[in-house]
Amino acid sequence: MIEWLGLHTAYSNQFSDSLLVLLVLMVPLLMGGVAAFWRPQRRWPVSFVILMALLTLGLLALFLLARQILEHGSQAWLIELGPLALHWRANGLTLLLLLLTQIVTLASAAYAPAYLKSEVGRGGAQAWLWPLQGVLTTSLSLIWLAGDLLTLYIGLELMGLAAVGLMLLPGRMEALAAGMRYLLLALVGSLAFLLGVALLLGGWGRLDLAGLAMLAEPGPVLWVSVALLSAGLLLKAAAFPLHAWLAPVHSSAWTPVSALHAALVVKGSFFIAVQLWVVLVPEAKAAAWLVGAMGGAAVLWGGVLAWRSVKLKDVVAWSTVSQLGYLLLGFSLLIGTGPTVAAVAWEGTWLQLAAHSLAKAGMFLATGNLIFSTGESHVKGLAGASRRMPLSLLSFGIASISLIGLPPSGGFTAKWLLLHAALEAGYLPWLAALALGTLLSAAYVFRVFRYSFVEDAEPLDYRRVPWSMEFFAMILALASLLLGLVAEWPLLLLRAPGGEP
Amino acid sequence: MSQAWLPLATLATSLLVVPVIFSLPEGAWRVRTALNLGAALLKVLLVAMMVWGLYQGQSYQFSFTIVRGVNFLFQVDALGLMFAGLSSLLWLATTVYAIGYLEDSPNRKRFFGFFSLCVASTVGIALAGNLFTFLLFYELLTLSTYPLVVHRGHAKALDAGTTYLRYTLTGGLVLLFGVVALHVMVGDVTFGEREMLADLGPDAHGLLTVLFLIMLLGLGVKAALVPLHGWLPRAMVAPAPVSALLHAVAVVKAGAFGIVRLVYDVYGIGLTYQLGLLTLLAVIATVTILYGSVRALAQQELKPRLAFSTISQVSYIVLGISLFGPFGTVAGLVHLMHQGLMKVTLFYCAGNYAEELGIHRIDELNGAGRRMPLTSIAFTVGALGMIGLPPVAGFISKWYLGMGAVQANMQWAIVVLVASSLLNAAYFLPVLYRLWFLRGPSHGVGEWPDERHLGRLETSGWLIWPAMATALFSLMAGLLAGVPFSPLDLATFVTAEEYTP
Repeated sequence: MIEWLGLHTAYSNQFSDSLLVLLVLMVPLLMGGVAAFWRPQRRWPVSFVILMALLTLGLLALFLLARQILEHGSQAWLIELGPLALHWRANGLTLLLLLLTQIVTLASAAYAPAYLKSEVGRGGAQAWLWPLQGVLTTSLSLIWLAGDLLTLYIGLELMGLAAVGLMLLPGRMEALAAGMRYLLLALVGSLAFLLGVALLLGGWGRLDLAGLAMLAEPGPVLWVSVALLSAGLLLKAAAFPLHAWLAPVHSSAWTPVSALHAALVVKGSFFIAVQLWVVLVPEAKAAAWLVGAMGGAAVLWGGVLAWRSVKLKDVVAWSTVSQLGYLLLGFSLLIGTGPTVAAVAWEGTWLQLAAHSLAKAGMFLATGNLIFSTGESHVKGLAGASRRMPLSLLSFGIASISLIGLPPSGGFTAKWLLLHAALEAGYLPWLAALALGTLLSAAYVFRVFRYSFVEDAEPLDYRRVPWSMEFFAMILALASLLLGLVAEWPLLLLRAPGGEP
Repeated sequence: MSQAWLPLATLATSLLVVPVIFSLPEGAWRVRTALNLGAALLKVLLVAMMVWGLYQGQSYQFSFTIVRGVNFLFQVDALGLMFAGLSSLLWLATTVYAIGYLEDSPNRKRFFGFFSLCVASTVGIALAGNLFTFLLFYELLTLSTYPLVVHRGHAKALDAGTTYLRYTLTGGLVLLFGVVALHVMVGDVTFGEREMLADLGPDAHGLLTVLFLIMLLGLGVKAALVPLHGWLPRAMVAPAPVSALLHAVAVVKAGAFGIVRLVYDVYGIGLTYQLGLLTLLAVIATVTILYGSVRALAQQELKPRLAFSTISQVSYIVLGISLFGPFGTVAGLVHLMHQGLMKVTLFYCAGNYAEELGIHRIDELNGAGRRMPLTSIAFTVGALGMIGLPPVAGFISKWYLGMGAVQANMQWAIVVLVASSLLNAAYFLPVLYRLWFLRGPSHGVGEWPDERHLGRLETSGWLIWPAMATALFSLMAGLLAGVPFSPLDLATFVTAEEYTP
């Protein structure tokens, strides 16, 4: 199964070969810098032109990289920085994740100017939003590309710091408190991760995943280090029972930041965890079963909390905990289950990840719009909202179709694959978790809608939502919905040479 | 020759209307009406073209891959076309009716948007060529009918909506499990490839029986089989056109249609018989028929009485298919159409009494025949058809059911038939008696609960003409049963395909 990660590819250490991948990594940083200097919401013509040029460059680089991979299989690069050597690689999966990152980040960045202008006003340290978003995107891309533990660590740290920075931006007391708590957790997670890395380095003297996969032998050292690495990562991924920090963080953060965080940041840690398990302990069935059981508990507990939430943003935040549970269920079906089950679960897991990212980002943006237009942050406050049929409510609904996992959404197709894998592997409790998760998510989503259909409520004072905020929420929601029908396209990427299950 | 565009265009007529309706302003009454009627007419035309083509021996297919081994498939066969024809015809009538019914009421944009989506789902259900595609539209139907059920927005409607969702989403989930399990077992089963399951041999029979029961459970919720019928009477709080559509073609029929597909096109009648499942179906149908009739008898209000009558009548379809032999099949299939025509008529009339005279209870109907003769004639036709008197369509259904019972050597089914006809008479004839023979407000005795004068005729023309049209169709389907393209002719065509290998 390790070949699906595309790690065993001949390295090229020519600088010219790595130009494309460097461009892919650098462009978000540059865009962040440019936007901080010429802020889009004030001097938009200048920044728009430069940003568009940079964006075109970045997308072109990604496109060329994609063509290389689709034609010649996985690519790998050795970046030498003095005594340090960084291993990078890209295969179909990397491409899928890079693409996803670009789409979600761009949509939330495009949402941001109108949001900052109308909701935030002049308060807060808004100029910092752009460079921090750039750093976040670059660090995520680094995580997707990394082929060794050092790069992974760098990516993880950068990502965590950028995320903390983004959380602190509103500058209010509760935002500071939540941000500092998040920082503390991220540091604890990093510490565990670092210890794991140190153990591995001590044991086998190397950090590249391909090498470790060949050398590492089962034994206490390996198990302890994997346990440490996983604990750190699962804490950062808000996996049950290490999830409690997630909701408070979202309730005070800016909407586009929440969207980015729920859609991508938690996924970064999950991706690393999958990768490490596949490389280091591909046969650890019992341990994976335990992770799956945690996933099942997350699905249920997150669902219940979302259902019970009083505030709209909390509903969305707890639903992230529940949805991450699905990913952990998929994870447990990958390890030690045999090639046919793993192949189905592999596709189901990544599809679930993509569908959830798009749907959750769309949902957060739509929620932000609903709160903005009605001035109500409570679920009850939405009473009668559907009379005006605001577009955001529709976006919220479309995104929630994917979260519940009803057809034709990406969430549905992913659930289909996961169910398929669970049935084939005979993991019957997983079926119950998937079923209850579906019902719970329907319960928390339709609770919101139930209020919106109340007819004898007091009329709300609506503020007009700027069109760009409506538009990008809708685009993301629609993308998550249609992903289910065109699921074969992203999955074809996974099967590109050098990554096929 | 395969023409993929025709089934797609049929779906598109109602699906593409949805975003257009949502983007029109609430006040654009004329445009919306023209759009609705135009699309409905176009769809009738397209379905007629497909019926014509099918008789000429053309085949229509459209498919693409969702994920490996799972296809989205549209496939036109006689059974599907029967359902599509019913849905397109009744959509046209109900659209006209709904325009009249909802005049000057709030939220019409929301209503018609979801109304179109609901019809699009029924078309999808009709044209679906495999269980995956069927499931896709089956769930979409749940989603699109929820806003219609809670349309009124008062507490009772919202509670009914919640109950509705609890039943249907759970049912859909159970169905999903069955379908996925079948996929794991044999892969994609295209409707009509009956030999696939039959070829599995006796070893698989136990598992196949279990899967059949699971899927029956999922479908039975929408088909309102006792004891899964609890949502239906409560959903009566929806506006009259919604109840009409829900009972005649959309939700209840979708469930019944799914059972027909399951028995004839997935398992095949031979295998179902072999597994002993037909007896089970017959028992369930008998219980539902008698229970529904008895409960209908106890209702004091018109709409709940009609609701329980639906529970009873839809199970005639199930009874028909459970009678092994061509006559039973013809009876079940033809009743699929006939019940739709007659029940929709009854609901239109009930809506007319409520709108024009404010009548909800049966004992308020005294002498209404004199005040609203056209509506009352239509109601009489529908009621007599339900009882099974010639020459209304219901007679044909019951005649074939009786013959099917003899052919299948299940004479006891005739007793059920007679008993239920007596019960039908017992709950419809008193209503007719009140309508025509008792003296009421129009004879100067008492007052109508809430009389309005909605039009130049007895009530608004928008409300009368659909009722008259469907009543006329119910009569013609009985009188002209032997003519080509009549429901009976179509049902015979389907049956011939089923029993000739």
